[in-house]
Amino acid sequence: MTWLLVVEQMLNGLQLGVMLFLVAAGLTLVFGIMNLVNLAHGSLYMVGAYFGVAFLGWTGSFAASVVLALLATLLVGMLVEVIALRTLYERDHLDQVLATFGLILFFNELVAIVWGRAALFASVPPALGGFVELLPGLRYPVYRAVIILVGLAVALLLYVVVSRTRLGMLIRAGASNRTMVAALGVNIRLLYTVVFGFGAALAGLGGLMAGPIYTVQPGMGEDLLIEVLVVIVIGGIGSIRGALVGAVVVGMVDTLGRAFLKPLMATVVSPAAADSAGPALASMLVYILMATVLCFRPQGLFPAVRSR
Amino acid sequence: MRPRRRALVTIVTLAALAAVPVIAGLAYQPFYLDLFRRIMIFAIAAVSLDIILGYGGMVSLGHAAYLGIGAYAVAVPALHGIHSAWLQWPLAMALSGLAALLIGAVSLRTSGVYFIMITLAFAQMLYYIGISIEPWGGDDGMRLAGRSQLGGPLDLGDPHVFYYVVLALLAALLLVGERVVEARFGTVIRAVKSNEARLQAIGVASFRYKLAAFVLAGAVCGLAGALLANQTEYLTPSFMHWTRSGDIIVMVILGGMGTLVGPVLGAAALLLLEHVLSAWTVHWQVILGPLLVLVVLYARGGLSSVLPGVGARHG
Amino acid sequence: MAEPLLAVRGLRKRFGGLVATDGVDLEVAEGEALAIIGPNGAGKTTLIGQLSGDVRPDAGTIRFAGADVTALPAAARSHRGLARSFQITSIFREFTALDNVALAVQAHAGHSFRFWRSARAEAVLREPARVILAQVGLEGRADVVAGTLAHGEQRQLEIAMALATRPRLLLLDEPVAGMGADESQRMVQLLRALRGRHTIVLVEHDMDVVFALADRISVLVYGRVIATGAPETIRLDAEVRRAYLGEEVPG
Repeated sequence: MTWLLVVEQMLNGLQLGVMLFLVAAGLTLVFGIMNLVNLAHGSLYMVGAYFGVAFLGWTGSFAASVVLALLATLLVGMLVEVIALRTLYERDHLDQVLATFGLILFFNELVAIVWGRAALFASVPPALGGFVELLPGLRYPVYRAVIILVGLAVALLLYVVVSRTRLGMLIRAGASNRTMVAALGVNIRLLYTVVFGFGAALAGLGGLMAGPIYTVQPGMGEDLLIEVLVVIVIGGIGSIRGALVGAVVVGMVDTLGRAFLKPLMATVVSPAAADSAGPALASMLVYILMATVLCFRPQGLFPAVRSR
Repeated sequence: MRPRRRALVTIVTLAALAAVPVIAGLAYQPFYLDLFRRIMIFAIAAVSLDIILGYGGMVSLGHAAYLGIGAYAVAVPALHGIHSAWLQWPLAMALSGLAALLIGAVSLRTSGVYFIMITLAFAQMLYYIGISIEPWGGDDGMRLAGRSQLGGPLDLGDPHVFYYVVLALLAALLLVGERVVEARFGTVIRAVKSNEARLQAIGVASFRYKLAAFVLAGAVCGLAGALLANQTEYLTPSFMHWTRSGDIIVMVILGGMGTLVGPVLGAAALLLLEHVLSAWTVHWQVILGPLLVLVVLYARGGLSSVLPGVGARHG
Repeated sequence: MAEPLLAVRGLRKRFGGLVATDGVDLEVAEGEALAIIGPNGAGKTTLIGQLSGDVRPDAGTIRFAGADVTALPAAARSHRGLARSFQITSIFREFTALDNVALAVQAHAGHSFRFWRSARAEAVLREPARVILAQVGLEGRADVVAGTLAHGEQRQLEIAMALATRPRLLLLDEPVAGMGADESQRMVQLLRALRGRHTIVLVEHDMDVVFALADRISVLVYGRVIATGAPETIRLDAEVRRAYLGEEVPG
């Protein structure tokens, strides 16, 4: 277990964190501003991945497929918002859970109808292939490094938007006191649609970047969604800063745990015990972390919501 | 639903369920015996969820975790030669109850959106644990080494006997449930849903009651899990997958939550619907999904509100 | 002199940039009725919330019945003898009026880990509840679903639920809020009958109600108590008039 290996895994953890952040950012805003439990957010991530693969096959150009997939996901997101979600804003959480659960079933089956149930193969674009030598002896995949950079760039962009623009001000205000914003005469419907679309595009971006490194198959959104929910719980609902911190923490803990817990355990208990209990414990780490945070800060680390 | 109507619907439902094996036998369709037994097992799970969801207002998205625990509590002892139902089934309930205690102790400190997400996350955690335990089949799951043994003439290998055992358990659950919701405990739980702040203001420390309900619901669902393992004779961690939790919630809502018998109807409705739709197309979920959305938007009272003379009881 | 039943010292609470409670001192003797008045935004509801246990103060202490209850949650305070009614009616809307009061009785009749016997059949809960309903004038409405009661009746039910917990101190947050003249009158008569037997802390806007019920009045402005005294003294106090009417009182 060399230091280089640790650094490499930390980078992987950062990359996973960035991916989680892209999906979490939009979702935490939807939770905080619209008070909407949207379980189908993972479906937008999945749709982004499928569009990415499809457009790449169609146009042959990675750049074009990125743009098209983003636009397509944005469109799907806004359609879903207008058709299905608008009526849910006023409903209680149970209704929202059920309706968005129905949407998940729908989307998972829809992609299976169009593209089949088997996992799709998406290749890393040649321009972003290969390795880069970050440190002497540490060769890291270019593509993953790009993902990290893109993710951090998006985080920076979001920071600028949220803290420097009028839209951002409305978002922050809406996250901490929704009724007040409405009372101020802001066009709430438009704000909601914009926020939702924004979130959908981010999720789609995460999805299309994920294509080449994770498997593209029906249900891929839900696996990610669970971790995204943990991120939001840890970070605090409605807070983008919380989403970033939570995502990086979760990404790190999960990746490092899976990589190193078993070998670490093997130094203390028998290899056989480490072999059987290691993976199980590793998968629990993130949830233990969540439970711990909840014990001390039930509202998460950076809750945006102060009063309703 | 008014209590008399509810009692009537319950009796009719149980009677209909009791008649299924007879009808299935006469029509030479043993498959339906199997299907309705499956419906009843899920009904037990759904009724247990109704206690905390329909009556207590706790939207738990992790209820299927207890199905899984109950199932493993049967399969693992069977693997090691312990087949007695009198050991396995109480174990299933105890372990599920314990898990519910731990999960509830953390989750019930939160509410609203947080609570939903946390119950979901914990259940999924159990799912991931289940996948990673290789000796128990990991992702692929494992075969049940042998059905639970009740002893004497109660041989679960006989489809009819198994059917009536499940029916008896369901009936017992409905009877006990009816008493519980009207007793002091049930009154407190209903008050939690109605106005928890008020409940605390008059002096009820609601947390302990919510936790107790959570544990009871988990334990009963564990029993359903034990029965499910016997039903399918094969179990996988997917028993615990959160989409399974979603299915159970759908059953409660479709049938009418807060009625105890509603979830039984809901289980029947969902599983029969699946059965019918999947005969048409393998992609039946693309129909079920939007259907669900429509039901939520326009028919929240569920089936029990559609029955004649019954007022919708939803919250 | 006996220790006051309720003693508040240096209570402070802020929400972000807003100071809701800015160093409040209060004392209420057993058996007396204290009214807290003040202009809108003075922080009256926040104060009540801190007294009842729904809001955690940032600083200060609250002593009730000889013990420090500052950190005690609402349910525990109820068992010490502190009952509250809410400004915005807060009842169990799906339950009948009798069920509402019986539940309050149940809350103080041992634990509720009983699973078999119907709570509706327990005379030890129903009978006291009926008596209290009669006390507030709702005996004819016992079996009406609470959510369908008239607004004034719901406010009466609020009082009934508070009484059912056999309190030593009643915290009443605007008991006549939203009531017409007749209903207000009835409520005032009801509350007058409670005076002496129960200690009352009352937050109200309606000055007629305040003068009819209060032994003493405290005036709360911007989270601070600017005056406390007998009703007549307060009525004439210059600072109070300035705070309410915003005018200088001619010399």
